[in-house]
Amino acid sequence: MTAETIIQSLASGLLMGLLYGLIAAGLALIFGLMDVVNFAHGEFLMIAMYVTFFLFAFFAIDPLLAAPLVAAALFVFGAVVYLLIVRFAMRAKANAGMVQIFSTFGLAIVMRGLAQFFFTPDYRSVTNSWVGGKTVSIAGIYLPEPQLIGALLSIAAFVALYFFINRTDFGRALEATREDAGAVALVGIDKNRVFALGWGLGAALVGLAGAIMAIFFYVYPDVGASFALIAYVTVALGGFGSVFGAFAGGIIVGLVEATTALILPPSLKSVGIYAVYLLVVFIRPRGLFGSM
Amino acid sequence: MDTHFAQRRRRDLIVAGCLAVIAALVPLFVKDVYVQNIMVLTLMYAALSQSWNILSGYCGQISLGHALYFGLGAYTTALLFTKFGVLPWFGMLAGGAISAVIAMALGYPCFRLRGHYFVIATIVIAEIALLLIQNWDWAGAALGIDIPVRGDSWLKFQFARSKLPYFYFALALACIAWLVTWWLEDSKWGYWWRAVKDNPDAAESLGVVVFNSKMGAAAVSAFLVAVGGSFYAQFVSYIDPESVMGFQFSLLMALPAVLGGVGTLWGPVLGAVILIPLTELTRSFIGGSGRGVDLIVYGTLIVVISLALPRGLVSVFSWRKEAAR
Repeated sequence: MTAETIIQSLASGLLMGLLYGLIAAGLALIFGLMDVVNFAHGEFLMIAMYVTFFLFAFFAIDPLLAAPLVAAALFVFGAVVYLLIVRFAMRAKANAGMVQIFSTFGLAIVMRGLAQFFFTPDYRSVTNSWVGGKTVSIAGIYLPEPQLIGALLSIAAFVALYFFINRTDFGRALEATREDAGAVALVGIDKNRVFALGWGLGAALVGLAGAIMAIFFYVYPDVGASFALIAYVTVALGGFGSVFGAFAGGIIVGLVEATTALILPPSLKSVGIYAVYLLVVFIRPRGLFGSM
Repeated sequence: MDTHFAQRRRRDLIVAGCLAVIAALVPLFVKDVYVQNIMVLTLMYAALSQSWNILSGYCGQISLGHALYFGLGAYTTALLFTKFGVLPWFGMLAGGAISAVIAMALGYPCFRLRGHYFVIATIVIAEIALLLIQNWDWAGAALGIDIPVRGDSWLKFQFARSKLPYFYFALALACIAWLVTWWLEDSKWGYWWRAVKDNPDAAESLGVVVFNSKMGAAAVSAFLVAVGGSFYAQFVSYIDPESVMGFQFSLLMALPAVLGGVGTLWGPVLGAVILIPLTELTRSFIGGSGRGVDLIVYGTLIVVISLALPRGLVSVFSWRKEAAR
C-alpha cells in the first residue's frame, strides 16, 4: 500500500463523506426542529432518485439540471407527509417515541411497496449523463466528477442552510418554534406551517442528494435502506439537534469508511463506521456536537 | 397493589390457561400443513415479541437490534449440532446463556445512552454482528448452515413428516414467555422497570437501581429470544445470516408488541395473532407476483394502527384500559 493509494482513497472518502452529510442534512434539520426521527428518510432518497431517473429517461433532462426540480418535488412531498402523518403522530398521548418511529417506518414500507408496484424491482441507471463516469485529476489524484459535484453542492447547501437558519425571518421562526412551540403561537406563528415547511426543506435537501446519487448509483426500490442507516449514524455521530454536526459527521463517516476499506475486506467497510459511532457515543453520549 | 389488581392478575392467568388449552386442541381439527405452518409462526412471534416487550416495552429501552440474540440462538444451536454433534436441547440453553451474557456485556456501555442514541446503537451492533458472521467462513459465511435432517426424533428435535411437535414446542415457548412476563409484572423488577421507563431520574432518586434494572431486563429478554432463535433453526433446518440476524427481523419481532400494545401483558399475543396470519396470507394471495402489494397493505396497517391507537390494539378492549398504561 503506497502513500498514493492512501491519499487517493482518503480523497474519495472525503467526497463521499460530504455527500453523506448532504443526505443526512434533512434528517438532522427535522430532528433539530421537532425531535422526530424520520425512519422513512432512506425512502425519501429513493423517491428523489426515481424522479431524477424518470426526468432523464422521459424528458432527457440531465440530473444536474433536474436537481432543483427534484428538490422542489421533494419539498412538496415532505410537507404533505408532515401534514398527513407526522402531525398526527406528534399528538399521540401515549408511547410518543414508539408512535413516531413506527408511523414513519410504516410509511417507509408503503413507499417501498409502491415503488415495487409501479416501477418494478428492476435496477435502473442514468446512462450518458454529462458527468457520469468522468473523472478529473487534481495534483495526481483522480476524483470522480459526480461525487466531486455532490461534495461541492453539499458544502454550498450547508452554507446556505447556515445563512437561512441564522439570517432570515423564516429561519428565526424555525428556531423559535424549536425552542417553544407553545409560545410562538402567541406572536402569530402557526406551528403547523413552520413544521410543514421544515419537513419540506428537509426533504428538499435529500432531494438534491438523490439527484446527484442517481448519476452514479443504481436506482431500485430498496436503495434507500442501504443509505438510511448511514444517515442515522451520521446525524447521531454529529449529535442530534445540531445540523452542522451532520456535516462533520458525514465527513468522519466518509473518511472512516475509506480507511476501513483499505484495512479490511470491502464487505466489512461498514463495520468501521458502526464501530466509530459506538466509540464516540460511549465517550460522548450525545454525539460530537449534540445538545439534546 | 390493591385487590382489584390481584383479581385482574388471577383473571389473566385463567384466561391464558383457557387460551392455551384451546390452542393445543386446534391441530386436532386443522390438518392443513399450510395453516399449521402459519400457526407455528404466529406462536413463535408471540413468544419473541413478548420477550422483546420485556426490555423495550416494560423497561422502555427500545431495541431494534434483537435479531442479534435471535441469530445467536439459531447459530449456537446449528453450529454445536453440525460441528460437534451437540444435541439442540443443549444448544438451546447454551444459545440462551450466551445471549444473556452478551446482552449484559453490551448493556454495560449502551445503557448510558438515551433515546435515539440507544436505538441506533442497538441497530448498529446487530449490523456489525451480521457483517462478521457473513464473513466468517467456518460458520458458513453468507451461505449459512444446512442442518442435516435424519428422520423424526425428539432427542434431536427434528421432524420431517409432521409439524405438530414444532407446534407444541412453539406453544410452550409462547406460554413460558407469557408466564415470565406475568410473573415479572408483579415482582420488584416489574415495578422498577415501569419506574425506569416513566422517569429514570426520579426512579434513581427513589432508590431504584436503574442500571441493574436495565441489565436484568436485557438478560431475560435476550435469553428468551435466543431460545426462539434455536427453535427457528430446528424448524426451518436451514439458516443464513440475513434471514436470522437481518434488521428486518428485529422489526418483525417488535411489530406485534407495538401494534398490540407496548408494555402490556396481552399486546404481543394479540398483535401476533392478528399480524402474522395477515402477513402470511397477503404474501401468498396478493404478494406472490413480487409487486409489493403485500408491503403496501402491511405498511398502511402499521401507519394506521400506530396513529389511531397509540396504546395498541389492547386499548380497544375497554375492560383492559387499566392494563394498557
